[in-house]
Amino acid sequence: MSHTPERYDAEDARDDVREDVADAGTDTGSGRHTAGAFDIRNIIGALLSIYGLILTLASFVGDQSLDKTGGVRANLWTGLALLAAGLAFMAWAKAKPIVVPDHIPHDDDRPAGH
Amino acid sequence: MLISSAQGAVRAADTLITANWLDYLLIAIYFAFVLGIGFMARRQVSDSIDFFLSGRSLPAWVTGLAFISANLGAVEIMGMSATGAQMGLPTVHYFWVGAIPAMLFLGVVMMPFYYGSKVRSVPEFMLRRFGPGAHLVNSLSFALAQLLIAGVNLYLLASIVHALLGWPMWTALIVAAVIVLSYITLGGLSAAIYNEVLQFFVIVASLLPLTLIGLHRVGGYGGLKDKITAAAANNDKITPAKDQLESWPGLPLSGFDSPLLSVIGIVFGLGFVLSFGYWTTNFVEVQRAMASNSISAARKTPIIGAFPKMFVPFIVILPGMVAAVLVNEIVQLKASGGEAAIPGGASGDVKYNDALLLLMRDVLPNGLLGLAIAGLLAAFMAGMAANISAFNTVFSYDLWQTYVQKDKPDHYYLGIGRLATFAATVVAIFTATIAGKFGNIMDYLQTLFGFFNAPLFATFILGMFWKRMTATAGWMGLVAGTLSAIAVWSAGEFGKAFELSGQGLAFVAASTAFVVDIVVSVVVSLMTAPKPEGSLKGLVYSETPKEDLIDPHEASLPFFQRTVPLALIALAMVLVLNVIF
Repeated sequence: MSHTPERYDAEDARDDVREDVADAGTDTGSGRHTAGAFDIRNIIGALLSIYGLILTLASFVGDQSLDKTGGVRANLWTGLALLAAGLAFMAWAKAKPIVVPDHIPHDDDRPAGH
Repeated sequence: MLISSAQGAVRAADTLITANWLDYLLIAIYFAFVLGIGFMARRQVSDSIDFFLSGRSLPAWVTGLAFISANLGAVEIMGMSATGAQMGLPTVHYFWVGAIPAMLFLGVVMMPFYYGSKVRSVPEFMLRRFGPGAHLVNSLSFALAQLLIAGVNLYLLASIVHALLGWPMWTALIVAAVIVLSYITLGGLSAAIYNEVLQFFVIVASLLPLTLIGLHRVGGYGGLKDKITAAAANNDKITPAKDQLESWPGLPLSGFDSPLLSVIGIVFGLGFVLSFGYWTTNFVEVQRAMASNSISAARKTPIIGAFPKMFVPFIVILPGMVAAVLVNEIVQLKASGGEAAIPGGASGDVKYNDALLLLMRDVLPNGLLGLAIAGLLAAFMAGMAANISAFNTVFSYDLWQTYVQKDKPDHYYLGIGRLATFAATVVAIFTATIAGKFGNIMDYLQTLFGFFNAPLFATFILGMFWKRMTATAGWMGLVAGTLSAIAVWSAGEFGKAFELSGQGLAFVAASTAFVVDIVVSVVVSLMTAPKPEGSLKGLVYSETPKEDLIDPHEASLPFFQRTVPLALIALAMVLVLNVIF
């Protein structure tokens, strides 16, 4: 999570995912860093958590329109569910980070001119 | 001038939904994320493969969710809830018959050819297999269809903004278009795909509570059934309750009178011709799979997508059905057989397409309302972004690079791609105004897909498995198929040659196109010279070594991570769903 990579391209990611599967969590040696904020799981996690937090807080202030929802505290329950889902995504990203190597191998298997 | 602005002011004060600051906050946060993804993705885009194919770098669960999200735009959310409100459960066929089998087929059978041959687009496969004739027909018709469909998505997006904020249609159209434009131009396909995945979660987070609260209000699923039965009991303008509450034989959907014909029409017309044509040859979808990191991930993309896809009807069709018994305007509309002019719709009188918006108004508290609006805006933007990102790839690689400017450096095509994105957005604004004139958007889209995709599927499948098929047969089959679909549709629509309500006409037109394409292709192939031996490796099944079509690593994975077992699990689950409902 130290910093976002300058350039994170096809080969890297392809390697990363394989490494991610092969030896997750062990690759913390020199010359490697995680995708961090650009990991989609962190983006999803952040958005869902923020939404969850806002809805949960909102359920304690203001009108809950219980006549509309048939008596259910909809903001509260949805907020808590979103918060849980968001934290789960961030935990997943933390537990199995995408590791980005510093060297950038060239993609040779593409046909010439493409 | 004065009169129109005065009307605008009246409209503005009288919006469909009353959102407060909390709702706007949630919407604003979503837009901050969308644009943030565009800026972050920009740092990755270093060549045209990055821009157009996401560098072929994404894991299967990301491309799998993007695969269904790209389609979870205007069509599914508004169209399917509208159809659900109107005819009930038979709408599920669009998912369980009309999508899942074709998605599994794409993953198991066709994806190895697409990914393995390293083409960058579906039309490029056409070019390698059949040469320029078929390629040009395919690229042009695809590019045109994308512009039209992007317009449909944009129109729906603008009508939501209009209904919510009371902005004039034109302003809403342009603002929405600019947001989509900015994140695709910045981040290319990666930004589009990341936003699609994000959108998927926001959609579920907003439609699931809507469905649950709606069901709670009508007394659960049992209460919903009772209310639908009661409403249909003494009104012959409403579809009989038993047809609304059972998915088969689906008479209201197909528009046929005979249950047997209806089943055949749904299975062959929707399930085979329309859906295989759409899911297996539509580059918007296939592009998502092509962005994945291995042939195994590419094959699993549509298969992984099939699992959430089979449950999507529960959060789009059910709310439509709930709206039809809970929302006053939709209840009245349905009681009148869809003909009553009731004020208060998103664009003029209430239509079935407004069912979801009106249900949101009636059951969601502020807060959740903002989340739901963010979800809908997200869906329409993602739908439009998918069309435009597929369009710019086909335009840049298949039209511009192939026929106009051949040997330019890579960054030149990247620039063309960004320009094409801009041009497509401008055109979409105009096609949006065309889309606004059609009442039921589903009809309009199905019609388009029938014209373009049904013959395409026939040509692909014949070309992949019959090496004798010639280049001339490729383009002649496509042209004959498309023209025959247009002819049948026009005869039914304007000439009144057949009386088919529902989707029957689209099924018949698409089926005709399929059969005509096959017949013309076979006849022309037998009269023209085949392509030379050896030129078809990777393109035709019998000419491709088996090991090129599979991932050697896959055999070492547990069975639930392998392509074919995963597809079988999905198929079994869909069969179970069909039996239950």
